[in-house]
Amino acid sequence: MALEYSDNEMMAISAGRFIKDGDIVFAGTGVSMLAATAAKRIYAPRAVIFFETGGIDPSLDEIPMAVSDLRVMSGTCLNSGLIEAFSIVGHRKLHTIAFLGAAQIDKYGNLNTTSIGDYHRPKTRFSGSGGACDVASFASGVITFMLHEKRRFVEKLDYLTSVGWYKGGDTRQKLGLARGGALAVVTNLGVMRFDDTTKEMYLDEYYPGVTIDKIIENTGFNIDVSKARQAAAPTELELMILRNEVDPQRLICKA
Amino acid sequence: MGNNMEIADKLMNLDDAVRRFIKNGSQIALGGFTIVRNPMAVAYEIIRQGIKDLHIVCHSHGQALDVLIGAGCVKRLEIAYGGNGRYAPTCIRFKKAIQQGGIEFEDYSNYQMSLRFLAGALNIPFIPTKSGLGSDLLNLEGFSKEIRKERKVARKKLAVMQNPFIEDKDEVVLLPALTPDVALIHVQYIGEDGTVRIKGLTFADIEQAKSADIVIVTCEEIVPRSFIRLDPDQNSLPPFFVDAIIKLPYGAHPTGCFGFYDYDPKHLNMYKVLAEDDNKFKEYLDEWVYGVKNHEEYLNKIGSNMLLKIKANPVLGYAVGLDRR
Repeated sequence: MALEYSDNEMMAISAGRFIKDGDIVFAGTGVSMLAATAAKRIYAPRAVIFFETGGIDPSLDEIPMAVSDLRVMSGTCLNSGLIEAFSIVGHRKLHTIAFLGAAQIDKYGNLNTTSIGDYHRPKTRFSGSGGACDVASFASGVITFMLHEKRRFVEKLDYLTSVGWYKGGDTRQKLGLARGGALAVVTNLGVMRFDDTTKEMYLDEYYPGVTIDKIIENTGFNIDVSKARQAAAPTELELMILRNEVDPQRLICKA
Repeated sequence: MGNNMEIADKLMNLDDAVRRFIKNGSQIALGGFTIVRNPMAVAYEIIRQGIKDLHIVCHSHGQALDVLIGAGCVKRLEIAYGGNGRYAPTCIRFKKAIQQGGIEFEDYSNYQMSLRFLAGALNIPFIPTKSGLGSDLLNLEGFSKEIRKERKVARKKLAVMQNPFIEDKDEVVLLPALTPDVALIHVQYIGEDGTVRIKGLTFADIEQAKSADIVIVTCEEIVPRSFIRLDPDQNSLPPFFVDAIIKLPYGAHPTGCFGFYDYDPKHLNMYKVLAEDDNKFKEYLDEWVYGVKNHEEYLNKIGSNMLLKIKANPVLGYAVGLDRR
């Protein structure tokens, strides 16, 4: 019998599979917290999770609800502050992977978490950059969580909060951002990656039960699907660890 | 024990400290981060005293920012993020104020704001970073030309310049320093000598405090000099940075305070619902801010039952198993 699982669970597992032992993982709020915690518990026990607020390698016995949550300060190797945290994200000795979320994304993986409509009098205002712009500028790679909807996968962002591959090709490097860029986009439908040369988004994996057409329909720009393959469904073990150990109160798993 | 001689001139009541140091139009740096160590009791007192036209400067802020905006105390805002974690991914009154054109705002990032406080603390006029190159944080200014002429507002949001130390193209972003009138921080301990100790994460509180003209610190406990000096590696600020000390247990409620209490999920969930509606938000303020004379009355209203539920495990720092739905 096929296992049942929620979108957030599939997303957390898909993103978690990217993390390797030794990676320094920067986690934001929401699914990103779930994915980071799951990655450490399931795939990469020697990965280090840290937060922009300054908490480094917390034990995460309970899932944090915000990046300032008291749980990111508990069982850490070091508690510091924002400036110290950003000195880690961009450190030339470290391989840092950041998990972010966004309201809009374009085909080069640039993100909007600021507003929809006119910047000065927006139709919808969001939280703003927080540390996202900083992390997108400095990390070795960014994995973004998105709801896969046409209005979110757009040709042109209403506001460019965090730079991915900028205008494609080598434009990111030319800006003066020496490393990093968008590594992957994990949605409720599948996983997108970016072409090595053009830096345009392509479909890498679609989830079991999702069609390629559905992804094309829900993407607001042309997306290359020629390399797409079906993703492996979450295993019983992955789901068990996620539900019993990472998020037993189903605070994030549920959605 | 109980010898507060050294800090006698700084120890004051909440209402006196606010009346003395916070004026209409003051530029205020808010300590804490989203749902942790917000200077809530001070924010409530600012609202009760009807102080207006505040210019708030902060990185990622949540509950204190949102009630201050909702109560109409804030005219101007320089900010990186307005959110309450899972309890309001975007702060509700903050969102409404911006959408309705009710507030002057300027966006920066967390690192940029932290660096701006650091520059103020170091007494340098600006500070460089690589963060934000290519983003709209650099392309769009929130403040008008008129606002940029005003007191404690930088003449430009930021500037981009070529690294002067190499020939190859290498651009950096220059950020203007912040020197707020007042920094508000809530901490766990103040020694009888006035030394400040923050437990858990310090966020940018230390930089904020050092960048400000006046520092108001509310604390959970005032502890003996012998205790705070036994392990000075743990301390955050020397006494001479602090201008006002107010002992206010649970002074960050409904936000959390590491080692003392967790955030209050019930209160934050209630707030989330009420803040969505203008009339209900007024009722919230009437009940929880204007309707209580002081912090003690506020705590009585929260009730010992809830205060026990959110009480932190002193070893782990948070309330283990707290129902956070």
